[in-house]
Amino acid sequence: MSTKTSILSEHSASVGDGFRSHKKRLTEREGFCGWLFITPALVGFTLFYLLPTIRAFYIGLTNWNLLRAPKFLGLDNYLRLLGDGKFWSSIWVTVLYVLYNIPVQTVLGLLIAVLLKRLTGSVVIRSIMLAPFLVSNVIAAMIWFWMLDPILGFLNFVFQGLGLGTHAFFSDENLALPTIAAINIWRHMGYAALLFYTGLQSIPEHLYEAARIEGASQWKMFSSITLPLLRPTVVFVLVTSVIGSFQIFDTIAVTTQGGPGTATRTIVWYIYQEAFSSMRMGYASAMSTVLFLGLVLVTLAQMRVLRSGESDLG
Amino acid sequence: MKTSASTLPIGRWLGYAVLILFALISLGPLWIAFKTALTGPNSLFGSGGSLLPNDTTLFNFQRVLGFVDPTDPRLQQTGLAKITFFRALLNSVIFTAMAVAPQIFFSATAAYAFARLRFPGRDLLFFLFIAATMIPTAVLFIPNFILIHDLGWLNTFQGMAAPYALMTPFAVFFLRQMFLSTPKDVEEAARIDGASYFSIFFRMILPIHGPSLATLAILTTVSTWNEFFWPFLIGREESVRVIAVAINAFRTQQQAGVPDWTGLMACTVLGVIPMVALLVFFGRKVVESFQFSGMK
Repeated sequence: MSTKTSILSEHSASVGDGFRSHKKRLTEREGFCGWLFITPALVGFTLFYLLPTIRAFYIGLTNWNLLRAPKFLGLDNYLRLLGDGKFWSSIWVTVLYVLYNIPVQTVLGLLIAVLLKRLTGSVVIRSIMLAPFLVSNVIAAMIWFWMLDPILGFLNFVFQGLGLGTHAFFSDENLALPTIAAINIWRHMGYAALLFYTGLQSIPEHLYEAARIEGASQWKMFSSITLPLLRPTVVFVLVTSVIGSFQIFDTIAVTTQGGPGTATRTIVWYIYQEAFSSMRMGYASAMSTVLFLGLVLVTLAQMRVLRSGESDLG
Repeated sequence: MKTSASTLPIGRWLGYAVLILFALISLGPLWIAFKTALTGPNSLFGSGGSLLPNDTTLFNFQRVLGFVDPTDPRLQQTGLAKITFFRALLNSVIFTAMAVAPQIFFSATAAYAFARLRFPGRDLLFFLFIAATMIPTAVLFIPNFILIHDLGWLNTFQGMAAPYALMTPFAVFFLRQMFLSTPKDVEEAARIDGASYFSIFFRMILPIHGPSLATLAILTTVSTWNEFFWPFLIGREESVRVIAVAINAFRTQQQAGVPDWTGLMACTVLGVIPMVALLVFFGRKVVESFQFSGMK
C-alpha cells in the first residue's frame, strides 16, 4: 500500500510540476481543472450514452439494414409496430415473466433477510446467499439447463423419485417461461435479501422493544414497524429489479432462444432478432425506444404507488 | 417476552431450518455442476441422480483447458466436443482488466470534479450523468454496435471494452457520494499550503477513499466478468470471446446430439472459480460491497 501511494504521488508530482512550470495559471484555476478532470468521462458519456440515445431515436425513423444508406421513413416504424402481433405478444410474454419473477423474488428475499437479521450475523451464511449472484446469467442458465435435462438431469431424477414424473421444462410451452423465471429467482433472491438486510439494520431497535412491552405480536411488529420503515429499500429493489427483468435476454439466449413457439420470445429477444437476424435496425430501434418510454412509465408508476419520496422515520 | 417464552425456541429452530434450506438451494446447483465436471464422460449415464461424482477424474478440466494430448484415445469418443476454454479464460481476464481499471480511474477523476470543484455547467452535466442510468441497454446496443462496427473494432478487445472504459454513470455517482461523505477541511488546508488539485487528488482523495474504490472495483469486476450481451455482439471470434460467449457457443454448437455435459460443466466451474475465490478470500468485503450497492 505504501509503495503504491508513493509511486502514485511521485507520478502526480512530476505531472504537476510539468504543468506548473508551463501553464501555471491554468492548472491553478478551479474551473479549468474541473473540466480537465471530467474530460475522459465526458468523452465516454458522449460517445456511448448521449449520442447513441439520440441516434437510436433517429435510426428508429429510418429503414436501415447496415448495407445500404438508411432511408428516412418518418413515423412508419411506429405505425407498423402498432399492428405487429409479434411485438404485442413479446410485450405480453415479458410482462408475464416479470409477474412470475418479481413477487416471488421479493417475498423470498424479505423472508431470508428477516431470518438473517433475527438469527445470525454470520458473514459465511451471507456469502452463501450471495454466491448465485456472482455466477453469470449464462453459467446459471447452463447449470439449470443441465439439472433439468429430461434424460440425465439431476432434478428430473428428484422429481421422478417424488412421483412427479419427468418434464421437458424448456420445450414445454407452459413450463418454459416459469422455468426461466425460476432460474433468475435463484440467482437474485440472495442479493435482494442482502439489500433488505442492510435496510433492516437501519431500523432502530428501540421501536421493537417498545412494541414488545405493549405486547405486540411478531406479525404485528413486522407489518407496522418493519415493512413501513423498510419502504425506501423495497422501492429501490423493486424499481431496479423490474427494470432488469423487463430486459431479460441472457437466460433465453442460452436455453430456449425464444421458443418453444413464441413462449419465451420476450421484448429484448425480439428486438435482438429484428436487429441482427433480420437486419432491420430501424424497426428494432423503434421498438427499443418504445421499451425505454414504457420503462420510464413503469418506474414512475412504481414510485408513485410506493410513495418513495416520503420517509416514515421522520 | 413471557408470552413467547415457549413458542420462540420452536420458531427459532424453524427459522434455522428455513435458512439452511435456502443455503442448500443457493449452493446445490453449484455442487451439481462441480460433481458433473468431476465425472468421467463415460459414466454420466449411470450417475444423473447421484449427489457424488461417479468415476471421479480431472480429465474434463484437463481436456477443456487443452492439457490433454490431441492424439489421446480418450478424446476420440463420440459426443465429446472440441472445447477450447483456456483462451476464453484468458480473454475474460483481458476484457475485465481493460474495462474495469480505466473506468474506475476516470470515474474517480470525474467524481472528484463533481464533488469538490466548481466549474460552469457542472450541475447540468451531473444531472445528465444521473439521467443516463435510466437508459436501458436495449436502447444503446444498436447505435453502439454500429459505432464499433464503423470504427472497424468488431472482434477486438478495444471494441468490447470501449463503452465501459471511460466511465459508467453508476461508478461516477457512487464515487461522488463517497467523496462528498468526508469533510473537505483537510483538502482546503492543503490548497492554502499551495497543493495543486492534481496532488490533492492523487495524494489525498485516492488514498483516503481506498476502501470505497475497492468496493467499486469488486462490484465492477464481478459484473464485467459476468457480462454477456455486449461481448456477445462484438466479440464472437475464438481469439477474443470471453467465457460467457464461449459457453453459449459450445452449447448452441451441440444442439443436435446429446451435449457434452461433463465438458460444459467443467467450463462453468472454471468460469465460477474466480468469483468463488473472491468470496472465500475477501468474504466480508465482498458481502458488504454488495449490501452497500443498493444505498443511495
